[in-house]
Amino acid sequence: MTEVTAAQVPSRVVLNQADIDRALTRIAHEILEANKGSKDLVLLGIPRRGYPLAVRLAKKIAAADPTVDAATVVGQLDVTMFRDDLSRQPTRPPHHTRLPLSGIDNKVVVLIDDVLYSGRTIRAALDAITDLGRPRIVRLAVLVDRGHRELPIRADHVGKNLPTSSVEKVRVHLEETDTVDGKPVNEVVIEAGA
Amino acid sequence: MKHLLSTEDLSSHNAIRILDTAEEMSAVGDREVKKLPALRGRTVVNLFFEDSTRTRISFEAAAKRLSADVINFAAKGSSVSKGESLKDTAQTLAAMGADAVVIRHWASGAPHRLAATDWIDAAVVNAGDGTHEHPTQALLDAFTMRRHWSTLKGTASTGADLRGMRVAIVGDVLHSRVARSNVWLLRTLGAEVTLVAPPTLLPIGVEHWPCKVSYNLDETLEDGVDAMMMLRVQGERMNASFFPSTREYSRRWGFDDARLRALDDLGLKDTIIMHPGPMNRGLEISSAAADSPRSTVLAQVRNGVSVRMAALYLLLSGDTREAAPTSGPAPSNAAPSNTARSTTAHSNKESN
Repeated sequence: MTEVTAAQVPSRVVLNQADIDRALTRIAHEILEANKGSKDLVLLGIPRRGYPLAVRLAKKIAAADPTVDAATVVGQLDVTMFRDDLSRQPTRPPHHTRLPLSGIDNKVVVLIDDVLYSGRTIRAALDAITDLGRPRIVRLAVLVDRGHRELPIRADHVGKNLPTSSVEKVRVHLEETDTVDGKPVNEVVIEAGA
Repeated sequence: MKHLLSTEDLSSHNAIRILDTAEEMSAVGDREVKKLPALRGRTVVNLFFEDSTRTRISFEAAAKRLSADVINFAAKGSSVSKGESLKDTAQTLAAMGADAVVIRHWASGAPHRLAATDWIDAAVVNAGDGTHEHPTQALLDAFTMRRHWSTLKGTASTGADLRGMRVAIVGDVLHSRVARSNVWLLRTLGAEVTLVAPPTLLPIGVEHWPCKVSYNLDETLEDGVDAMMMLRVQGERMNASFFPSTREYSRRWGFDDARLRALDDLGLKDTIIMHPGPMNRGLEISSAAADSPRSTVLAQVRNGVSVRMAALYLLLSGDTREAAPTSGPAPSNAAPSNTARSTTAHSNKESN
C-alpha cells in the first residue's frame, strides 16, 4: 500500500482511458496477426500492472476469436527473485506466479508489462520463464515504451512510444490496482523529474 | 528485520509478511527447476552446536533453493571440542565472509549474544537455543495452521491471521523451546492457546504467559480444539523424574488411539494433529494418530523449507551496501515518489 501526498510536481496525462483501451485493442489484434490465429497462445502478465493488462488483452483476444477462453490463456509471472538489483534495493515481497493449466512448454508466450524502460525486468522475466519450461516463442507486449534501454531488448507490440528524459517518471494507473484521489482511474502520466 | 531471534518480539506485520512470502516460496517446490537465483553469491553458515537432522537439512535445502552457498558446521568433530569459544568460532566465520548464520546452541540466549555483539556482522537466525525459542519451527507450525484454517473458512490464506483458532499444546512444555515460540507467535496471530501438561512439566511463571493452562487432556478435548500440537518428551534434558512411568504419561497426556476415536465422537472432524518431530511413537503420540489423515507431521516438514526460504530471503535480500550511491535510472515505476495528487495502490490484489 503506497499512499503519497506530496509537493506539487508538474505532470501531464499522455494516455487517457480511451487511449489505453484503443492501444490494447490494437495490440490484441497484432498478437493474433503475428501468431496467425490464437493457437498455443499464452499471455503472461508481470506484476503488478502487467497482469491486469494481460487480463484485458485476453478479453479482447477472446472477443475477436470466439475459440479462445480468456480465463485459460492468462497467467501471472513474478520476476522478483530473478532481478539483478535484489541487493541494491529494499527487500521486495515476491508476488504469485500462476501459469495456465496447459503450461508454457511449446507455447507462444507473450510477456506483458506496463512500461518498458531499462529492459532489466524483461531480462529477469526471460530467466524466470527458463526455469518454468520451454516455450516455442517468447514475445513482448508493453503499454508504453519510454526508451533508455540498458540491455539488447525490444518489444514486439507497443501501445505508445513515449520519448522521455531519464529524469522524468512515467506512471501507469489502472483501475485494478490504483486509485487517484480515492477514485479508480486508467491513465498514463508523465511527471517532471525533481 | 536484521535477525530472526525470537517470536516474542516479532510483530504481527513481520510474522504475516514471512508467512505470505513462504506461501510464494512453496510454489517453487512444485516446479521443474526447484531453484531461485535470489541469494546467488551469498553464504549461509549452519552453525549447529546441538544434534539436529530435520532443522539443519531444512535450512540447507532452503538456502540451496535460493542459490546461496551453504557451509555446514557441526560442533562435533570441530575445534569446539578442543575448547574454542563461541566468540572465536563466530569471528572465524566472519573472516570467511558469512552473510547469515543459522545457529542452534544448547545455551539459551546464544543467538542473541551473537546478534548483539560485534563478533560477526551477519544476519543471525535462531534455529533453537536451549529451552528458550525456536522461531522458525513456530512459523512453520503457524503456516501449517493458517493453510488449514483458511481452507476451512474458504478464504485465501495470504494476509490472514489465526484469529479464533483454538490450539492445544500438549506435553513437555518445560523443556520445549517449540512451545515457547508457539505461544508467543500464536498470541500475536490471534489464536487461543491452551497448554496441557503434568504440573511437573510446566515452567515456573507459566501463569503469566498469554495462554490457558490445563492438567487434563480429555477436558481440553471436550471443550473443543482445532489443532492439537503434541510435544516430544525430551528424555535427554530430563535430569529428574518428572512423571512416574512412561505408561502413565502416555495414558494421561499422550495422544493415543482412544483419544483419536474421541475426536470423531466429539464431532471434531476438522481437528488436525501436529508434532514438531522427532516423534516418540507410543509415548506422546500413537502410531495410528501419527499416520492418520488428521496428522500434519509431513506437511510441517514440507512447509518448514518454504518458511525458512522466506526468512532467509527477507533477511538477506535487502540493500546491503553501506552508503547507497544512486547510479543509473531506477526501474520503471518501482519506488513511489512525489506526485502531484494523492495516489493509492491497492494492496497486492493479483497475488491472492
